[in-house]
Amino acid sequence: MTDAAISQAPIRRTHPRGAFVARIFEGVCFTAATALLATLGGLLVSLFIGGWPALQRFGLGFFTSSTWNPVTDVYGAAGPIVGTLVTATIALLLSLPVAGGVAFFLTELCPAKLRRPIGTAVELLAGIPSIVYGMWGLFVFAPLFAKYVQMPLMMAAKPGSLLEKLTVGVPNGSGILSASIILAIMILPFMAATLRELLQTVPAAVRESAYGLGATTAEVVMSVTLPYVRGGAIGAVMLGLGRALGETMAVTFIIGNAHGMPNSLFDSGSTIASTIANEFTEATSPVHSAALIALGLVLFVITFVVLALARLMLRNAEKRT
Amino acid sequence: MTAQSATPTAASANGARVFRRRMANLAFQVFCIAVTGVALLALAGILWSLLSQGVGGLNLDVFTKSTPAPGSVGGLANAIVGSILMCLLAMVIANVVGVLAGTWLAEYAGKSRYGSVVRFLNDVLLSAPSILVGLFVYTLLVAPFKGFSGLAGSVALALLAVPVITRTTEDTLSLQPATLREAGVALGAPLSFIVQTVLWRSAQSGMLTGGLLAFARISGETAPLLFTALNNQFFSLDLRHPTANLPVVIFQFALSAYDDWRRLAWAGALLIAAAVLGVTLLARAIAKEPRRS
Repeated sequence: MTDAAISQAPIRRTHPRGAFVARIFEGVCFTAATALLATLGGLLVSLFIGGWPALQRFGLGFFTSSTWNPVTDVYGAAGPIVGTLVTATIALLLSLPVAGGVAFFLTELCPAKLRRPIGTAVELLAGIPSIVYGMWGLFVFAPLFAKYVQMPLMMAAKPGSLLEKLTVGVPNGSGILSASIILAIMILPFMAATLRELLQTVPAAVRESAYGLGATTAEVVMSVTLPYVRGGAIGAVMLGLGRALGETMAVTFIIGNAHGMPNSLFDSGSTIASTIANEFTEATSPVHSAALIALGLVLFVITFVVLALARLMLRNAEKRT
Repeated sequence: MTAQSATPTAASANGARVFRRRMANLAFQVFCIAVTGVALLALAGILWSLLSQGVGGLNLDVFTKSTPAPGSVGGLANAIVGSILMCLLAMVIANVVGVLAGTWLAEYAGKSRYGSVVRFLNDVLLSAPSILVGLFVYTLLVAPFKGFSGLAGSVALALLAVPVITRTTEDTLSLQPATLREAGVALGAPLSFIVQTVLWRSAQSGMLTGGLLAFARISGETAPLLFTALNNQFFSLDLRHPTANLPVVIFQFALSAYDDWRRLAWAGALLIAAAVLGVTLLARAIAKEPRRS
């Protein structure tokens, strides 16, 4: 064989038959990734188009009025919007200290033998479908809550006091506060598991040197490990908030489904998600459907902002470690 | 000696500080333990009522008979089958799209701007409210075709599963050692061939875990099915029409005024929770395996 013949062979081999297929494969993969973007874009566009008739008809009044009346076809979404924000905020305030406590317990205090079972249990519970939480809230939690919390509080409230204002309502166990508590229980395992994962990324040397300086457990957590994962922790909390904002089933069961502006913590209310879930298939007029889709658009915007911020913070935290 | 006699006040101040720190620490520890106890109790309470209310309603009829009219004997067979069918179809769609998208992100996107945008928005989609996905699929597939269908339900579920699968595929592929790719390239194979024959195979267990987690996530989803698959009282394998499914049946039966319907709702909730927990445990077991060996 001549030298030329030898060098010819590899030149032919540099264009293997697979090269063409490789292009196609890359194209298909790229299309799939783009389909993801298209989904999100399509979601936004379809909500906007579907909700536009309602937004056009009611203008700003859609956001400021709390009259939601399918009979006269007048829709103001202030009630559900406020309900969504209030329940999610209360849920977060209730859930955050508990989730933090669980995460700190698991990373700092828990005996090694119990650490894995409890950690696994918490993670598994994060996956329980929300409809189960909703059913439990309606059938088990609500009667107990009415009997042991609502009634005594309403009895104890002096006429005209702040407590009375907060506790006006029918003590049937459902309402804004009950929904918030169920939401809090639902996002608890998720937040606890995420916080725990974050805290585990703190290098052992950092923790140990803090203990070595004589810091107590509380001081190690509060001034060393928690600040170390600050950005990620805020992201995890906001992910929890995002879940609470968009949660449908757990809330629909127990919030009472009244459309007006909620007057007190025990009053019936509604959230955006629960309103859509309850009324969409039974919408009586095109305007009604449009108003519900416009509500969906509002929810999309709120959750998108929260989730985007959460992901940015988590991502920055990941980059740093 | 002079130092010692000069510092009793300092020593007592120090002692007070130590005491304060100890108390703060004690309070912190008690708080953490108490709060964990409360949380575990609440969650155990939920599982307990699920078991105690659900097991009573479980019998052979649940699996063999269709959803009953109030007062008559029936089960959840149509809903169980409908749910399984829809979830399977959703998983097929989601796996194709999710694995390909994840592969693109891990192997082709690199540090490109477009890649990081897709990655970011996929993360946002990962926890987007499921009811909005339901609305989207309604305007996309239900309104134009003038009818609720199991197919639309499957698409809605698939949209919820895709981000999970994309994410886990990307993560597991990125974990594969670069030497695998280099070895393939050195043999003259194009990247697509390496991905399909080497990387996917070595990332198998991670991708399987992701698929199972996605399956666990969608099998309990209710909100998006309310206005896509709707419900169907009868047994049907035809996904072109409204299809019965466990979550929506549970929702309707739980909110009804009939005791036998509520019993079925609890039984259904127990089935779903058991399925989700089972699948999640399986996924964890698979994820653990390679680390042990």
